Amino acid sequence: MQTALSDFTDSLRRIAAMVGRYSYVMRGSWPRLAELVYWPAVNMLMWGFVQTYIGQKAGYFAQAGGTFIGAMLLWDILFRGQLGFSISFLEETWSRNLANLLISPLRPVELAIAMMIMSLIRLAIGIVPVSIVANVFFGFNVYGMGIALAAFFMNLILTGWAVGILVSGAILRNGLGAESLAWTVMTLFMPLACVFYPVAVLPSWLQTAAWMLPPTYVFEGMRALLIDHQFRADLMIEAFALNLVLFIAGAKGFAKLMDAARRNGTLLQTGE
Amino acid sequence: MTQPAIAAERLVKVYQGRPAVDGISFTLPADSLTGLLGGNGAGKTTTIAMIMGLLAPTSGAVRVLGADMQRERFSALKHMNFVSPYIDLPMRLTVRQNLMVFGRLYCVDDLADRIGVLVREFDIHDLLDRPTGRLSSGQKTRVSLAKALINQPKVLLLDEPTASLDPDIADWVRARLERYRSESGATILLASHNMNEVERLCERVIIMKKGQIEDDGTPARLLQRYGRLTLEQVFLDVARGNSGIREPVL
Repeated sequence: MQTALSDFTDSLRRIAAMVGRYSYVMRGSWPRLAELVYWPAVNMLMWGFVQTYIGQKAGYFAQAGGTFIGAMLLWDILFRGQLGFSISFLEETWSRNLANLLISPLRPVELAIAMMIMSLIRLAIGIVPVSIVANVFFGFNVYGMGIALAAFFMNLILTGWAVGILVSGAILRNGLGAESLAWTVMTLFMPLACVFYPVAVLPSWLQTAAWMLPPTYVFEGMRALLIDHQFRADLMIEAFALNLVLFIAGAKGFAKLMDAARRNGTLLQTGE
Repeated sequence: MTQPAIAAERLVKVYQGRPAVDGISFTLPADSLTGLLGGNGAGKTTTIAMIMGLLAPTSGAVRVLGADMQRERFSALKHMNFVSPYIDLPMRLTVRQNLMVFGRLYCVDDLADRIGVLVREFDIHDLLDRPTGRLSSGQKTRVSLAKALINQPKVLLLDEPTASLDPDIADWVRARLERYRSESGATILLASHNMNEVERLCERVIIMKKGQIEDDGTPARLLQRYGRLTLEQVFLDVARGNSGIREPVL
């Protein structure tokens, strides 16, 4: 007879099975591994040199320029956190394996947890070396942010996952025609999340929209830390609250899209 | 009275106003091998998809091992499995990796031993470290069957399991299915439009046409009812609306 404990251990086994599945693919493909490091490294070098150039100027502008590398690193956490989640889901649609998973005992929440774990693994592979590059080449030590980095990271990854869950639902419902969302949706956030400039730069009517996005609070908090040496816990708490709303909305959206896919038969046809 | 392994009750599936499955009902007892025959568009794949819980019925219900597949499917899914040439295993994973992943998904105990049994059963030892995408059709079928039996399912659903296979491999697949059924007492539902295959394997045949069950009986009974020598002839009679020599359906 199944007990709660055996249900829990079975759940862990299924999650581990999926993490193993994605790890096998990643380990078996050097281009996939290289891509995890290549793009963040190129971005880091480019923005690092921009920061160096701006830092040669005096005054506030030079200090603000010193935030570019930090912004780039945090942006990569957000962007690649979402992409790492979505790519795992795309692996299933590309390989036409989704039906095999949906007729197995794997629960959707277990699949989501496995994809979150893979997103963290992909992030670690990509961001850790790049953070070392930032320190070696430009003297920027992201780990010097201390506990603030943990708060920034947590809020950004939650946003990334929430968006990743919604994108996965859209792919479930619409097939691989919606694949481009996985690669591009986060760029919609970029202007309003005020990655490289303060919110005050935006016209007032856009500032309202910007403050509805959790990452905006993170990037404002980053600037407050790097320029004013102040950790804005209030911004992190507000970001977390918004992330909870976004995450719940993402999960509900995914469930609705899954139901729609089940009604419309698109689970049988995932692919082009 | 033991519960049926599969019970479909007034199943309907409508796509854009057109019924793909139109109010079918049937029960499959445990330890049975049933063929689901029908031409293209008859509703076989749609029916199987609803049984697996991949597709929500427009109305009606389907229960597998007593579980409603729309509300309680996870309790049944661990005892089910499925083979179809239209659903692939991850191509980039090796055969061994695929079997390990699916074995863990089904929480198979002593997984290494179970894989060893399947490797011998399906003669796939030489394929274990090959990417699944680089296998031939026959090899993929053997691996897919190995995956489908990894959890020793009580209910096995097969959608065109021998499609595009040469006669030698197709015969091999049929023999393995017969053996599995006799050893495990599993319930097997086989969707096919290969009449010879259904005639050989199945103790009962459900014939579908335009989303409805046109006839249902043992192969011998159907042959007698239509006055035909082969199920293929029966199928053609059904497909063409030719009643042939018909007994009243009791």
